Amino acid sequence: MKSLKKFSLLTLFAALMVFTAACGGGASTDKTEGTDKTSKTEEKKELSGSLSVSGSSAMQPLVAAAAEEFMNENPNVDIQVNAGGSGTGLSQVAEGSVQIGNSDVFAEEKEGIPADQLVDHKVAVVGMTAAVNPKVGIKDIKKEDLIKVFTGKITNWKELGGKDQKIVLVNRPDSSGTRAIFNKFALDGATPAEGITEDSSNTVKKIINETEGAIGYLAFSYFTDDSVTPLSIDGIEPTAENVQSGKFPVWAYQHSYTKGEADGLAKAFLDYLMSDDIQNTLLKEQGYLPVTKMKVERDAKGNQKNL
Amino acid sequence: MEKIIPAKERLLKSEKKWKDGELRGKILVTICAVIMISATISITIFLGTKGLQSFIKNGVSLIEFLTSTQWNPTNKANPEYGAFPFIFGSFAVTFLSAIVAAPLGIGGAIFMTEIAPSWGRKILQPVIELLVGIPSVVYGFIGLTVLVPFIREHVGGLGFSLLSGVIVLSIMILPTITTIATDAMSSLPKNLREGSYALGATRWQTIRKVLIPAALPSLLTAVVLGMARAFGEALAVQMVIGNVRDLPSNLLDASATLTTIITLNMGHTTYGSVENNTLWSMGLILLVMSFVFILLIRYLSSRRKM
Repeated sequence: MKSLKKFSLLTLFAALMVFTAACGGGASTDKTEGTDKTSKTEEKKELSGSLSVSGSSAMQPLVAAAAEEFMNENPNVDIQVNAGGSGTGLSQVAEGSVQIGNSDVFAEEKEGIPADQLVDHKVAVVGMTAAVNPKVGIKDIKKEDLIKVFTGKITNWKELGGKDQKIVLVNRPDSSGTRAIFNKFALDGATPAEGITEDSSNTVKKIINETEGAIGYLAFSYFTDDSVTPLSIDGIEPTAENVQSGKFPVWAYQHSYTKGEADGLAKAFLDYLMSDDIQNTLLKEQGYLPVTKMKVERDAKGNQKNL
Repeated sequence: MEKIIPAKERLLKSEKKWKDGELRGKILVTICAVIMISATISITIFLGTKGLQSFIKNGVSLIEFLTSTQWNPTNKANPEYGAFPFIFGSFAVTFLSAIVAAPLGIGGAIFMTEIAPSWGRKILQPVIELLVGIPSVVYGFIGLTVLVPFIREHVGGLGFSLLSGVIVLSIMILPTITTIATDAMSSLPKNLREGSYALGATRWQTIRKVLIPAALPSLLTAVVLGMARAFGEALAVQMVIGNVRDLPSNLLDASATLTTIITLNMGHTTYGSVENNTLWSMGLILLVMSFVFILLIRYLSSRRKM
């Protein structure tokens, strides 16, 4: 008797899990459609439903924070934000398993993504620069020297007027968006030499701080203390102003992609991300630059023009 | 007064109950077995089809993949897919950590079963259970914050090295080896020991000449299972090994393994791209290797059977 009870409880539990799992997958899209109808008739009085977002781990904190505030304002809305990488985000949004896919790079730059089916929403800008161990003793580097450092042609900091220390490269993984952006705009497309490779920017920062002669690259948001030294490139300081005016070259958009035009809850959330409130406060808190203040614009091929 | 039930009725009743239980048990156990077998088969089929795509669909040369040392998948003009440095790295950390952990684990097992069965077990058992319970990310993090700086300052190199990976992995596979070796040693029949003592052998002679040879198949199984775990471990190794694509020339060189390359790149690549497919191919290599490990266990234990 007792074992029977236990067994039936287990079956019930299993059934419940299957049920919730099935709901979690299927219901999200249905509910969004439902919201769409109501928002049209009632002039977006009350938003409800659920939205799933996945992709770039660099964007995850920003989008999660925005989602939290959005959910506070709209209690009937449920937004799930998962990290997992730009490739995952783009793949999942293209196959329709999430409504919004976040990416550090243009969908056109990733192999195997039907970029023409996806609609790009540039929600933020992130600036990056090379970061060195503070004991290296330099704060500015010429772009050609930076390329020589990363391709292994210069192997000691004393050649650049720093300390007599061997240069240690800290890279990101081959397919990482950050690496792609840094290679493209800071190294002019040169292939970096071999070095320690770490996936998390926090680990990269830790390694640069602890290893003598180390150099890597980080987003501006990681320069919160003096444990690593951000380098100016060709005398231009890595500041928000210089990125916005187009003087500092190493920056990228943070993209939110939707399959087809955004509608319903996805549109409401993307509009919310572009609102002045989020662009001017939350973005800054998280170390991003507002996309609305950019004075230059870039396309998928990397061509830059003034707005 | 107790109610008397005729024996026949009681027998029928209990027989029926017994049959019910028998059937239910049989069904339950069969379902478990079927689920386990089908899970293994489907994983094999899935990984097989996914992993072979880079060779069949994308035309990556299998020989280049297995032997070339040039890994450069993001180079658009001339992508290169040589996974040899990672295969080498995986084997290097696996064998080296087995060399470190096997004597330690088997020694601990002998200590627990032969030298100090009562208090030795009381101390070592909880220690080993504790080691099993620590998640691999914690091993990696301790390795990154303690081991890597230590090696950098006292041994040399960058700290991120094969050596760090080997040390972290040895500690991680130690519980596997020790537990299985302990079971193997303690399940040896008592008359083996008594017979040996009766012939005038000392304790050490008994351990060395009788008990270890008798338990050898199981001890080897313990080591091979430990190696299988080391071969598949990703997270902790990734944090301390440095993930450099070049072949390491010595123990202090940074290196990379198949698993670290998979975990580092999987999220950034898109499904169906060549790079993603080559990562699946690396997964297939890991699966094939675990089959090889299992075959090895089978071979060893069948050959040494007494």
